[in-house]
Formats: sequence, structure tokens, C-alpha cells
Amino acid sequence: MNNTNNINEIRTIIARHKRWDLLALVAGIIALMIAVLTFIALFGNMVIDGMPRLTWEFFTSFPSRKPEIAGILSAWVGTTLVMLVTAVAAVPLGVAAGVYLEEYAPKNFITEIIEINVTNLAGVPSIIYGLLALGLFVYQLGLGQSILAAGLTLALLILPIVIVATREAIRSIPVTIREGAYALGATKWQTVADHVLPYSAAGILTGIIIGLARAIGETAPIITIGALTFIAFLPPSPVQDQFPFLSFEWLMEPFTVMPIQMFNWISRPQEAFQHNAAAAGLVLVLMTLLMNGLAIYLRYHLRKKIKW
Amino acid sequence: MVRVPVPAISHPPKSLRRNHKRHLKERIIELLLFLAASFSVFITFAIIYLLISESLVFFEHVSLWDFLTDTQWTPLFDDAHYGILPLVSGTAVSSLVALAIALPFGTIIAIYLSEFAPFAVREIAKPFLELLGGIPTVVYGYFALLFVTPMLQTIFPNLPGFSLLSAGLVMGIMIIPYVSSMTEDAMRSVPMHLREGSYAIGATRFQTAAKVVMPASLSGIAAAYILGISRAVGETMVVAIAAGMQPNLVWNPMEPAATITTYIVQVSLGDLPHGSVGYQTIFAAGLTLLLLTLIFNILGHLLRKRFREVY
Repeated sequence: MNNTNNINEIRTIIARHKRWDLLALVAGIIALMIAVLTFIALFGNMVIDGMPRLTWEFFTSFPSRKPEIAGILSAWVGTTLVMLVTAVAAVPLGVAAGVYLEEYAPKNFITEIIEINVTNLAGVPSIIYGLLALGLFVYQLGLGQSILAAGLTLALLILPIVIVATREAIRSIPVTIREGAYALGATKWQTVADHVLPYSAAGILTGIIIGLARAIGETAPIITIGALTFIAFLPPSPVQDQFPFLSFEWLMEPFTVMPIQMFNWISRPQEAFQHNAAAAGLVLVLMTLLMNGLAIYLRYHLRKKIKW
Repeated sequence: MVRVPVPAISHPPKSLRRNHKRHLKERIIELLLFLAASFSVFITFAIIYLLISESLVFFEHVSLWDFLTDTQWTPLFDDAHYGILPLVSGTAVSSLVALAIALPFGTIIAIYLSEFAPFAVREIAKPFLELLGGIPTVVYGYFALLFVTPMLQTIFPNLPGFSLLSAGLVMGIMIIPYVSSMTEDAMRSVPMHLREGSYAIGATRFQTAAKVVMPASLSGIAAAYILGISRAVGETMVVAIAAGMQPNLVWNPMEPAATITTYIVQVSLGDLPHGSVGYQTIFAAGLTLLLLTLIFNILGHLLRKRFREVY
């Protein structure tokens, strides 16, 4: 009699635990669904509001006081040029720093300081970089509200991302590769340049793409350096038809970028401008999704392909 | 006995001797790489130097006591008050709303993905969450102002067009991917044999997650939470778009109020002359923000040390 009671008690306890288990499972699925639904709402809302505005003219027109003829020409050209500066500044610096920390750095106090510092920089709010750029680039170096100043600001912002990605990519290369190179008499730099870097190139590229995708959407630091929001002209083209074919005048020109243009349209009261904002947002989201998607694809592809 | 002829020892050919030119090149490259790495330290010093030097000028005009205790922030008015409290309260309220969403949801998603989800679901959900985290903040701001606020207004008819509540909610959703992916990484790094031990004595998956895996990965989870907090505190565009720009000493999320970051944006949108007190206020505000995030980062570091479990 007592025995059956005991067994029944145990069964109740098991049933109760299983109920909790089921509850946790359902809660997890619901939480994930909410994240998915939010994304659908965000994207769907923008598609409904912005899709009718996404015509060819939207990409080839300057912003305007009249919402129905306003476009994002100066914004996407500005974004492209700013990203060019960002990449040119952040990639060599970030990769070099990553290579140093992973391949050269002795285990000492200075190295530790640099490592802690990179981690901390990644946690600094982006608007603080904007203040740094305002004081340093805009006023002390006298770059003004130029493409160069904006590109360098975003380069500082994504530097930690590039450094961390480079380190991770390099760390995944087995030490035997390096030993093989040393055994053949290669110097340290020859080993790095001819073996370590080429083999980790795809991983580094993934990090660079993620960094640039982050930079494309950054608004706050660009606002902080005081970038104008109404730009109805293009900077002079970097490529000229006369000798020396390349021109760097555009570096010092005022500009606008996609997120600034979108912010500008959001803050206007007329509904028609908000449809423009939705259309610009849609372009912006598609750009970042494409870049992040490419990075994720690269990473998964790599993980499958490489077997050391 | 056959003698093996020993080759005469001679100096190695010139091409194999220590090549000074090559050696020098190696050293120069190492130096350049070191300079690149130290550049990040330079950035930190530049940030600290700039914020402190501009703030020092600001504190010549305004006493630190007023800055910390005055309940009004009206630096651009004729009757100027420089109390940081209204901006701090806006930041605190919007961050608390955001964390009330991001921490529970992020944790539940992490538990699900790490302990419950089949492989296929995890392989799809992880990149999806990563994509969600990559969406520009200005887009989330648009979503907060033109979708979430009208939706909330149907529930709370008194909600104004700008509110800390809708900005905080969207910020929370925005931070979920960061919290969930870091928490999940921490939970998955707990060795499998701990889980197997738990299952072996009859624990369910939920019991294992709550009583074995989470305590064992507490340091990583704490780090994820701290990262979420410092992101919420430093977030700019969502609050600037959806929470209004009026400094307001409130603790009610249903009101509009400016945060520290919003104020910096507001000043930058107008054109204040370089060197004016108004110009320096944004550096004082920035310094406050940096100190706040620094406190959380140090706290995170300490928590991680305190709860670190090594296997």
C-alpha cells in the first residue's frame, strides 16, 4: 500500500518536472517567434510605406523640398565614398595590429595593455567616437565636415572589429604551417606574408565585411561631426578623363550618407517624407543584410571546406 | 676500417650567412606592426584627453556640484541650468525598459538554442539573430516612431507621440541578439559531461539548464548582461528619434525625455560655435556617458573574475 503511494508520488513529481520542461521549451520557441515577428513587422512596415517610392528616379535624384521628387543620389554616392575611406584606413591598420598581437607580440605588460584596450574600445558607445572626431579631425586637424573626416571616424569605430576578426582568423591556422615555413628557412615576415595571411584571408575578409556593414548604418558619430543634411550636389569624381586620371578633391568635400538622409526625412512632419525615409531605410537594410549575409555565408562555407 | 672523408669545415657560402639587410627589414616590419597595434591605445588616450580637457573648460563655468545636483538641463536657454540629472534619468528609464525586454528574452532564447533546439533550428536561428543585430539603429528608430508608438497608443491612448517606453521597447528588441548570442556561447562552452551527469540522475533539460549549465556559465552570462546594459546606455538613434529631445526629470516611461546621447545629437544638429559653453556641454555629457559605460565594463570584468569556473 505504502509502496504504491510512493510510486504515485514519484510519478507526480516526474510529471511536474516534465511540465516545466515543456513550458521552458514553449517559452523558448515563443521568444524566438517574437524576434522573428518583430523582424517581419519592421521589414513589412517599411516595404508597405517605402516600396512605391523605390523607382529608378529615387536613386538618381537629389534630395528636395518636394518629397515626391526627392531621391538618394547624393546619399548613396556619399556612403560609397565614405566607406572607401573607412576601408582604406581601417583594413591595413586593423590587419597589421591583429598580425602583431597574434604572431609577434611578446607576453609582456605592453601587450596586455594593448589587448585590454582593444576589448574596451569595442564597448565604447559610437557617439563618443563622434565627439573624438569632432575635437580631433574637425577642429584640431582642420579637416572640417568632409568625407575624409567621416571616413576616418568610422574607421576608428570598426578598428576593434577588424582586429578581433584578424586575430581569430590567424589563430585558426595550425602551428605546423609556420614550422614548415621556418624549417625551409623563411623569416618571420616571409612566413606571415606568404603563408599565414593568405590562408586566413577569407576569415579576415569576413571580419572586414561585418565591420563595414556596421559602419554603413552608423548615424550618431556622423551627426556629431556636424555633417550637413541637405546636399544637392555630388563631390568631384575621383576618376578624371585627363592626366593624372585620379583626383582626391572629393576627400575634402561636404557630403551626406544614407542613414543621415533617412534620419533627416524621419524628423520631418509630412507623411510623404516618411515614405521616403521608409524607402531609404529599405535600401539601407538590404545593403547591410547583403553584406552580413555574405559574411555569414563565407564563414559557414569556410568552416566546411578547410580541414587542416 | 674505412675512413669516411670528413668535409673540410669552411664558412658557409655568402648567401647563407646572416643577412643584415634582411634582418633590418624584419625589424622594420615588426616595428611597423607594433605601431599599428599601439594605435588603438592612442585612440583611447585621445578620447580621454579630449573629453577631459573640454570638460575642464566647462567646469570652469559650471561647478561640479551644480552639474550633479541641479534638476534642470537648459544650457541653450538664457536662464541656463547645467544639471545632468534630467539626462541621466532619461538614460536610466529608457535603458531599464530596454533591459526588461532584452535580458529575459535574450536568456530564454539562449537557453532554448543551447539546450533544447535541434541542430537544424540552431543553424538557422543563429545567423538570423546575427542579421537582426546588424540592422542599422536609425532603422530601429523609424520602426519605434512610426510603428511601435502608434501601436502602443491604441493600448494606452494617453501615450504622447514621443515616449521613453516605445524607444526603450525597440531598444530592448534591438539588444536581444547581442545578449542571446553571448549567453548562448557561454552556455555551450560548459562541457558536455556536466550535462550528462545531470541527465543521468534523472534531471530534465530545463532542470539541467537552470541548475547546472547556467550556474556553471555565470561569468559569461554576466558579461553578456553587462554588454547589453552598456549598449542600452550608449544607444543614440532610437532614443533621439522616438523619445523626444526635451530634457525632463521623469521616472515614468510614458513621458518623453532626452537622454545623454540625445542631447549630444540635438546640439550637433544645430550649429554651436566652436569653443562656446554650449559646445563644451556635449563633451561634459560625453564624459558622463563614458564614465557610466566604464563603470559597467569594470563591473563586468569583476563579475567575470568572481564567477569564473575553469574546467
